[in-house]
Amino acid sequence: MSDTPLLQLQSITKTFGSVQALDDVDFEVRAGEVMALVGDNGAGKSTLVKCVAGTHTPDSGRILFEGQEVHIHGPKDSARLGIEVVYQDLALCDNLDVVQNMYLGREINRAQILSEAPMEQHTAETLKSLAVTTIRSVRQTVATLSGGQRQSVAVARAVMWNSKLVVLDEPTAALGVAQTEQVLELVRRLGNQGLGVLLISHNLHDVFETADRITVLRLGRNVGVFERRETTQQAVVEAITAGMPTKVAGIPSTADAGAGT
Amino acid sequence: MSSAEVVGADSAPPPPLDEEQLPGGFRGARERMWLNLRTGNLGPIPIIVGELAVVIFFAFTATNFFTSVNFVNLITETAGTALLAYGVVFVLLLGEIDLSIGYLAGIGAIIVAELQLPGRSLQLNGLLAMLIAVVACALIGGLQGSIVAFVGVPSFVVTLGGFLIFEGVILNTLQARGSIVIQDRWINYTDAYIFSPTAGWVIAAIITALYPLSVLYKKGVARGTQIAQQSWTAAILKTVGIGIAAFGTVAICNHGKIIETPEGLPLAGVIMVFFFVVLSFLAKWTTFGRHVYAVGGSAEAARRAGINVPRIRVIVFALSGAMAAIGGIVFAAQVNSVGLTFPPGNLLLNAIASAVIGGVSLFGGRGEVRGALLGALLIGTLQNGLLLLNVSNGWIYIITGLVLLGAVTLDTFAVRLQARSGR
Repeated sequence: MSDTPLLQLQSITKTFGSVQALDDVDFEVRAGEVMALVGDNGAGKSTLVKCVAGTHTPDSGRILFEGQEVHIHGPKDSARLGIEVVYQDLALCDNLDVVQNMYLGREINRAQILSEAPMEQHTAETLKSLAVTTIRSVRQTVATLSGGQRQSVAVARAVMWNSKLVVLDEPTAALGVAQTEQVLELVRRLGNQGLGVLLISHNLHDVFETADRITVLRLGRNVGVFERRETTQQAVVEAITAGMPTKVAGIPSTADAGAGT
Repeated sequence: MSSAEVVGADSAPPPPLDEEQLPGGFRGARERMWLNLRTGNLGPIPIIVGELAVVIFFAFTATNFFTSVNFVNLITETAGTALLAYGVVFVLLLGEIDLSIGYLAGIGAIIVAELQLPGRSLQLNGLLAMLIAVVACALIGGLQGSIVAFVGVPSFVVTLGGFLIFEGVILNTLQARGSIVIQDRWINYTDAYIFSPTAGWVIAAIITALYPLSVLYKKGVARGTQIAQQSWTAAILKTVGIGIAAFGTVAICNHGKIIETPEGLPLAGVIMVFFFVVLSFLAKWTTFGRHVYAVGGSAEAARRAGINVPRIRVIVFALSGAMAAIGGIVFAAQVNSVGLTFPPGNLLLNAIASAVIGGVSLFGGRGEVRGALLGALLIGTLQNGLLLLNVSNGWIYIITGLVLLGAVTLDTFAVRLQARSGR
């Protein structure tokens, strides 16, 4: 694996009216790492994710994917690049079963007629490869699943489409302790499988459980990138609340780039 | 193994409620049935039981219920309502409502009647006239759907507007001229064409064969997957049930007495079954149908999954308009004319009631096309039998209303039971 980051944002700026949501933000995610994006409410986390997902277009700055400059104008563009976003809620249809949700909008069909067998088999294989074992039947409706199982299905769906970068927006926000652990385990496994993972979270416990590196946003600015192994929750909390001297060019490089291969 | 244990720590393993974990064969079928009953997953069983009870009741009380003439009447009356109700199913699956279909059926009938009218207008061939009417009503429905999908006006309001507008158009068209007579034989055939007894038997055989063929297809194409795991016992029982209904109906229709005119299965019944098959297929086996269920389940999730939600909404309202026109034509053919009394009875409410009695949820995402057929048959049989018993119209409305209330109450309990048992 080369040293080129999977996703690179350079000097991204985005304003809504008089509100400066993102101010000259640099950001990167490498293949095979879990990059956590943390920050207080209104720090610009959602805006940054929406720029990556194509919901928003940045006012200025460049987005590079695998070293190539890209312009993302909608969810279809990001999906084509291999970027999948898992939102914290509203991602699944309760009345459909697991297979139907996994293939929602991308059903395997022959002349518009559904090919159920390959969809069911592939769903079962994907869940198995991610060690999601608590789901009894892939033909259960999602309404009958627990919160953790639902989140697992949403993540598995993102992974299934040969995605290279998976963006997880507060994946454990509504989960209990055991279910949170189940989802975090899944997040770690994604990184180990060589995908780039961008994890947005409020919960520093979750972040320190899973992330390789941590980017802190504060008031729309990137105030620092931390190596998880070399920092403490205390230091990250200080960066979130008080900020620290901005080091735009100072994204520390690590020896961890080959982890995904 | 530690990771697997962490994942497995979600909750205590639930008892084996899964269908696929149950033993196969007859014992399996019985256990599965008991399991479904216990968890409130009743499917169409209550409504089929209700229909059987109603048929048996009228068999003993109304002397001329089981006659060829009455059965042909019953079928042709039910067909129109069922055709509209199929469209209602799709609209309800989206979580929307279409109040305009009653008078839109009238618009469809008027278009057909005008186009075929000899001497005064184009005098088109009946088949062409029907095609134009169906397309026109699909466009009108699609227009209403566009207002819902793109402007964001609630469908209740849009179609309530349509309801009033179409009623006004019908009044303006017919008030000065009275009713328009339909002479074209093709149009009148939609209601009154009677198949020969032999053709009736063949049709009954085809209808009976369709279900087992679909099961065999599923078991062949999806071999080894869970969707193919349907017990043979259940499939055979269902086939026998469909066979008894199909052959029984044809037998009675064929058994005309000398003074009675019809002596065979009416085309309206075949149209009703044909669209049932086509639209069931559309709902359950196609990408479009899957997307309709998805939008009804969660429009936001569907949109994020890349489904073009407005497109689905527009198509569904167009489909609803087309089915209204087809139903309207069958109703017009019944009386060979379109008059101010169109649409007959409570067409709109009967159509919606049929779908709802058949278990289609008003909140979207839950229900099947077969529910509309079964609901329309129940309402049709009930109203037909009560008329034979000389029950007043007032009481017919009251009884239909009570059946609607009862069915929906039962369904609500069933859903609550299912939620409690985690299915």
